[in-house]
This record gives sequence, structure tokens and C-alpha cells, in this order.
Amino acid sequence: MTKPSGSGEAAMALCDQVLELVGNRAEALVRSSAGQSSLTRFANSCIHQNVSEDTSGVRLQVTVAGGRTASAATNRTDTGGLSALAERALAAAALRPEDADWPGLAEPEPARGEDHWDDATAGATARTRAEAVGGFVDAGAGLEAAGYCSTSWGEVAVANSAGQRLTGRSTVATISGIQRAQGPDGKADGSGDFSSARLAELDAAAAGRLAADRARASTAAEDIAPGHYEVVLEPDCVSDMVQFLSFGFSGKAHAEGTSFAHPGEGQFDPAFSMWDDAADERSVGLNFDAEGTPSAHLSLVKDGVTGNLAHDRRSAAKAGTKSTGHATGSTAFGAFPMSVIVGEGQSSVDELISKVEHGLLVCGFWYTRILDPKTQVVTGLTRNGIFRIDDGKVGPAVRNLRFTQSYAAALAPGRVLGIGNDGRRVGGYWVPSLRLADWNFTGGAQG
Amino acid sequence: MFDAAQAAVEGALAAGATYADARVMSGRTESMNAKNGAIEDLGQSESSGLGVRALIGSSWGFFASSDLSAKGARTAGEQAADIAKASALVPGPDTELADGDAPAQVHWASTYQEHPLDDVSLSEKGDLLVSVTEAMRGVKGVSLATASYAIWDTEKWFVSSEGHRISQRIIECGAMLNSTAVGDSETQRRSYPGIRGQYGTSGWELVRQIDLPGNAVRIAEESVALLSAPQCPEETTDLILGAEQMALQIHESVGHAIELDRILGWEAAFAGTSWLEPEKMGSLRFGSDLMNVTADATLPGALGSFGYDDEGTPAKSVPIIDQGTWVGVLSGRDSAARVGIPSGGCVRSDGWNRLPMVRMTNVGLLPGDSSLDEMIAATDNGVLMDTNRSWSIDDKRLNFQFGCEIGWEIKNGERGRMLRNPTYTGISPQFWGSMDMVGGPDEWTFFGTPNCGKGQPMQVGHTGHPSVPCRFRDVRVGVRG
Repeated sequence: MTKPSGSGEAAMALCDQVLELVGNRAEALVRSSAGQSSLTRFANSCIHQNVSEDTSGVRLQVTVAGGRTASAATNRTDTGGLSALAERALAAAALRPEDADWPGLAEPEPARGEDHWDDATAGATARTRAEAVGGFVDAGAGLEAAGYCSTSWGEVAVANSAGQRLTGRSTVATISGIQRAQGPDGKADGSGDFSSARLAELDAAAAGRLAADRARASTAAEDIAPGHYEVVLEPDCVSDMVQFLSFGFSGKAHAEGTSFAHPGEGQFDPAFSMWDDAADERSVGLNFDAEGTPSAHLSLVKDGVTGNLAHDRRSAAKAGTKSTGHATGSTAFGAFPMSVIVGEGQSSVDELISKVEHGLLVCGFWYTRILDPKTQVVTGLTRNGIFRIDDGKVGPAVRNLRFTQSYAAALAPGRVLGIGNDGRRVGGYWVPSLRLADWNFTGGAQG
Repeated sequence: MFDAAQAAVEGALAAGATYADARVMSGRTESMNAKNGAIEDLGQSESSGLGVRALIGSSWGFFASSDLSAKGARTAGEQAADIAKASALVPGPDTELADGDAPAQVHWASTYQEHPLDDVSLSEKGDLLVSVTEAMRGVKGVSLATASYAIWDTEKWFVSSEGHRISQRIIECGAMLNSTAVGDSETQRRSYPGIRGQYGTSGWELVRQIDLPGNAVRIAEESVALLSAPQCPEETTDLILGAEQMALQIHESVGHAIELDRILGWEAAFAGTSWLEPEKMGSLRFGSDLMNVTADATLPGALGSFGYDDEGTPAKSVPIIDQGTWVGVLSGRDSAARVGIPSGGCVRSDGWNRLPMVRMTNVGLLPGDSSLDEMIAATDNGVLMDTNRSWSIDDKRLNFQFGCEIGWEIKNGERGRMLRNPTYTGISPQFWGSMDMVGGPDEWTFFGTPNCGKGQPMQVGHTGHPSVPCRFRDVRVGVRG
């Protein structure tokens, strides 16, 4: 089994080896990684799939005269494998047409902040994960539980022929699952999840209890008519909104005219702010991007006003600005924010609910798909808990609904009626609950 | 390579596994995409490693490593068994494996005419993408013209503790183009041959057959025309779906619903479950009498074809829907044993580092006796839609809302105005029950989906969907936000 080296020296040594193999034949960018990823999966209240993998690999991008660029990757890290990698990339680059927009390599610059790393998480075993699963399952007290507990660590080095050299490492641990309670017309689900760079911060039993409470409360769900409702969206829903919105903050998408974002305009409610900060202690992952540029703090929305766009070197050059360090490594995908934090408010989720005369509390979204990136209209369903709110109190569960709603319009000026102080990490983002004035439910999930 | 797999199996058995299997996989991939007459990305990768699966009690333990030495492989097997043992902290009923055919010791290879990596130069492939994007960009009003291809050349060596010793080589490739027109308040996109392109277990001849150059300008013109086309009206009407959208309809509302692991609850937390219940197999009404579906992994050239699945079960054709009645599922040896049926041979992984799981093979609709032209001629009021744009379906695979790139009004048996933003919604058994016309063998096309996500850690599956145009009655269309 691969063990953490602690310094990234081994990964950087591979980068140096590849740079030497390329020599002065091309501008080169090398990314080397090693790590381990493990996931313990449970269903029907027992562990049924339990996996672990050692990961390692090297990715090389070369650019020869005229901006002609190609990349190649391998997990063969012996000398023969690395040499073949270099020759393959060089041969492919030579066959490409010239590229007048080649933006060059990242200049030497240190990354901000500390690594999101935890030794205990890196050293977690299958038994550790199984114990967490046991905590989640037992909290259901007889309900049917399903989900996973994962731990992973990775060490990454990036080096280029312009002298940029960065190493970083990260750990991530997640417990995520549902409890299922039998009701008169089928099983009702509730969910609970926690994610952090530190396994010790995950309370599996608490996640299991929350899921179980939600499931039991949902067994006698009733139908309600589709239509427009005031809503309190829990962090799982808000994370989904942030994901789709984040694509609109891509400098490439903006230049191509497919983004909803208009920097400088008050597109959002003044109560709403969000930013991207890979170095924030609430984030996970690396503090630099696939091109070796340190990830900058990026204000995306400040008091409702659309702010900065995320750039890689190519979109930045076209826009006449600097890369923000959010490159995905794919020119086609460009750059977008990946460590988004939504500013929290002062209210607990109960206080948000207490202000709603008639509305819905939504615990999660499911299978959301965007209909048009420019309008941000998304369709999807509710899942794992939706409840009526009457006179400021959570009422009976309702059956799942389909919605068709513009995420940008839902956050427009006057639409954000409250923001929770219950921020947590969901799907890579730090997000609180939101109370929104209007949400368009277009049908019932049963027909 | 067999030696490394054998060492891994022996390591797992020595560490206490009651059954073990191992796959060594070695693969090469290549992808390229172009935008507006220039290459954007060109990537090549190679990867090799070993994944070993050990069964102890109720759980699989799986460990993957790129260390293919005898010692490394044996250690991987031991790790897999140790991981399975840890599962005993949260145990369930013992996992049984359905009996299969006698363990095979064979080699199987997919067929091709032109190897897409070795027989076709990068220059030729790049020129194709550049030229079709230039052609689309030449149409006034087109903002973004993109084209791409992807190629996979995969070799596998499989060994099990029951005596399997199977090697396979599978060549897959495909390509696509799309055009985007950007208006003041929305974008319109057209794709060809479909939203995901067209992919198959095939050589580069498939890319030549789909004729990207011959369709580029038409697709570009349609994307521009959509910006000024009227909105698809919101109404309940007759719906004709083209074959590409039908492939998506089959994938989402049939293919995933019939996965036995979902039906048994093994995917409940993530992908979801299914509205199908095992005890109703053989009697439940899924659709109209015209609905006949098979999961056929033996179709030459289709993306879900192979020789043996990743448990060593030979590829087969499994009846799924017979004249509207649900009769079969997608299964592997562990899930099949739970319901007392033979394995359907549907277990695959997307690489050496992933646990094999139930995946679609070629889940497709068998052709009927109609045609798209006949459907239009037989429809007084309706909408024709094609090419998927968005897809959303609930966790039981019952309620869906799908959007298409393009629609046309059907009035008095004729195709009329182009319609933009066409969507439709329905409930699976009612929707499939309303199908009253099915395209014939001449329109039967094997669409390939190269990006089917499932499992945790996520795996990207390659699935095939034989499909024809079909007509459905009284469907709600035009749902908007």
C-alpha cells in the first residue's frame, strides 16, 4: 500500500525527471500525483462493497514552436514509461497546427495558505470506516440504511520549464447516507452527511440520527398542488445551486456568451455574497490549479453585485487579465470556481422557518439538469425530505415534487429573504440554508 | 499478465477469501476537440494495473494497484481480503454467486476495419475536426462550433478462483459535432449525431460512416434558426420522438430501472432504487404491446458489446420487455443469486481500479413495422422532437422530464414549423403504455452512450441503445420554468 511521503519530494522528483527528458525541445508542464482512495459502501444496513486503490500518475503538457500543444498521461512511472510519455507528447504536439493564442506557462509564484491535511485521515483503515458506518446504521434503530464512508489522501507536485514548482497535499473524509422508513405507500427516505479534511470531525451517528428523523417524519407524506412556493432550502439544495452558478463564473463561458454573469451588475439579492477561496480552512483540496497557478481569493458576488470571473491562463490572456488559478487542465472546460463559500447569515434554520407563513422546507435536490446556461433554468426533483411550513412551523411531509426554476432568478434582488448560520461543506462548497421568496414546482413526482 | 492476476487471486484466497477474481487491464485512450476551426485539446493516456475482488461473508473487498509484480499482485489480493474482513463489523446475509457456465479459458477481440489509433494519423483526425468546425462557423449566426472524438483501446486478462482465464481486447471510438447560437437571452444548440455523438465498439470506420462533414452546415443552420423559432407550446398532445431521443428515453427510463442491483436496494443512497419489484417480474405491465426490449451484449459494433463480462460470464441477449410485459433484468452473479436467476452477464468496471458492477449492455427497443414518415402522416396534432438536450428522472426511474434540442409542429399529417425549447414529461408505465407506433428495421440504429455514470466511487460506463422513432399519445409537452 502506498504511504504518504510527507513532503511531496517523491512527486517533485518525478516532475524533474520528466522535465529533464523533455529538455529544451519544448515548454513543458508536469503534474505528478500519488495517493490512496478508499470507500466503504453500505446498503440494506450492511457493508456490501468495500474498496481501496493506490493512485499514481504523471501528466505532461508540452508546447513546441508556434504554441502547438499536446498532453499525455501515464501511470507507468519507471524510466521507460516516463520516456515514452515525453516522446508521445512531443510527437503529438508537432502534428498540431500553430496556436496564436498560446498563453505561455505560469511564472514562479508561491501558493497561499496551508495544506488541507490530516495524518489520521490519511492513515484511516477499512476498520475505521466500518466503525463509522456502524455508527450511522445503528443510529437508525432498525431503519434500512444505505450510503458510504470514504477517506482519501493525495500528494501532488507541479513543475514547469519556466521555473514554477509547487507541492501540495490534501485529505478528505465523508460520511453520507440515507435512512429508509416503511410507510403506507412505500419507503420514505431521509439523508445525513458530513464532509471534512479531518475524519475526526465527522459525527456518523449524528448524520444517521438526522437521516432517521427525516425518514420517519416522511412516512405519511401527502400530495400538494404544484405551483409557486416560498421555500427554505437546506445546504444540500444550495450546494446544487452553487454548482450550476459556478459554471457561469467561467471566464471562457463569459467570453463565449453562454454565461448568465454580468460583472458589475446587481444580479443577486443584496443579502447574498459568495466567493471562492481554496486556502480557506473550510475548503478541501489543493491551493493551486492544474496549470501550476496559485488559486486566488475570488469574490464572485459581493452584496448582490456580480464580481470576478475565474480564469485559466488562456481565458485570462484573452480578457487582458491574470489567471486566477482555477484551471481545470482542459482548454475545452476552461476555468471555474471549485472552492465556493456562500456567506452565512445570523439566523438558525429554525428561525428561517419561523418567518414563513406558508411554504416548503426542502432537504435535498435530485437529478438536476440545466436547460439553458444563459437563463440558468434547471429542472430536477426533491429528494430525502420535503415538508410543509405553516405559520412558521414545520408541518407534515409532502410527496416529492419536480421543479423547473432559474437558479439565478431565485437569488435575484428581493428574492433572498434569509440566510442561515448553519453553513457546512456539501459537494465541495461551504453553504448555509436559504429562505427564498419563490420556487416554481412544475409537477408531482408521481404524475 | 495472467500471472499477476493469478498471484492476486492466490493472495486473496490465502488471506481467507471464499471466492476471488482479478483483472489486469491495460488501456490507451486518445481524445481531441476543436472549436471554431482550431484544436482546443489533444490528450493521450495509457494506464495499466490490477484490481482484485475478494468475497468474505456478505461483502466484497476490492483493492487496486498499478504494481504488477508477483509480490505486488499477491499483496493486493491480501489487501482485498483484509478489506472484506473489516466489513464484518456491519454484516448482512452471506453473498452467494449464481452458477454460471463452465469457466472459460479463451481470448476474444472486437472487430474493426481501421484501428483508430494505429491506422489513422493524428493529422487526419485533427483535419476532420478543424474542417467541420470551420464549416459550421461559416454559417452566419453561429457563435460556437465544436467537434470531438474519443478512442479507447483496452486489453483485459481475467482470472478467477473457479478457473476462468479470459483475455479480451476491445476497440471503441466515436465522434460528434455541435453548433451553438447565442441570442440576447438564451442559447440554442444542435448536435450531431446526438448530444453524446455516436460511439461504438468499432474502428474509425464508424466515424467515416456518420459523415460529420456532410451534416455540419445543416446542424449549424438549425441552431441559428432555433433562436427565432416559436416556443414549443405547453399542452398535452401526441409526441413523436426521433431515434436519438428514443435512445436516451430507453437508457434513462428502462435501462436504469431494470438494473437488479438498484432493484435490490444496493444503489439506494446514490443512484436510487427502481419502481420495479422482483416478485412482479413476468407479470408487470411496463408498456404497450408494441414494446419489446432486449439487453443484448452480442450486437456487433454496438458500444455495449463484449465477449465476456468482468465476472467471466459470456455475453448474451437477455429478454427485458416482451410485448409490454416486464420479463428480465440486468444482473451479475451476486445479484442474480438473490432472486434465483442465472447471471445476465452484465457486470463490468470502467478500469482496473474499479469494482465491477451491474451495467447496461445494449439495452434497446426491437423494431416495429412503422416509420417516421408514417407516424407524421398519421398524426393530426402533435410535436416531433429529437436530440436530447436535458434529462432528469426521479430516483425510482418513474417520473421524467426530458428536453430536446429541436422540435417541429405536426399538423394534419405534415411536419410544420420548427419549435424551440421542446420538453416533455411523463411517468414511465403510462408513457410507454401510450406508445402506438414503432419504427421499422430500416430505421433501427445502435446509439452509443460513452458517459453513463454509476457507483461510488463513480464509474463511467459505455452502453449501447438500439433505437427507432416512436409515437406516444397524449403526452404533456412544453414544460418551462
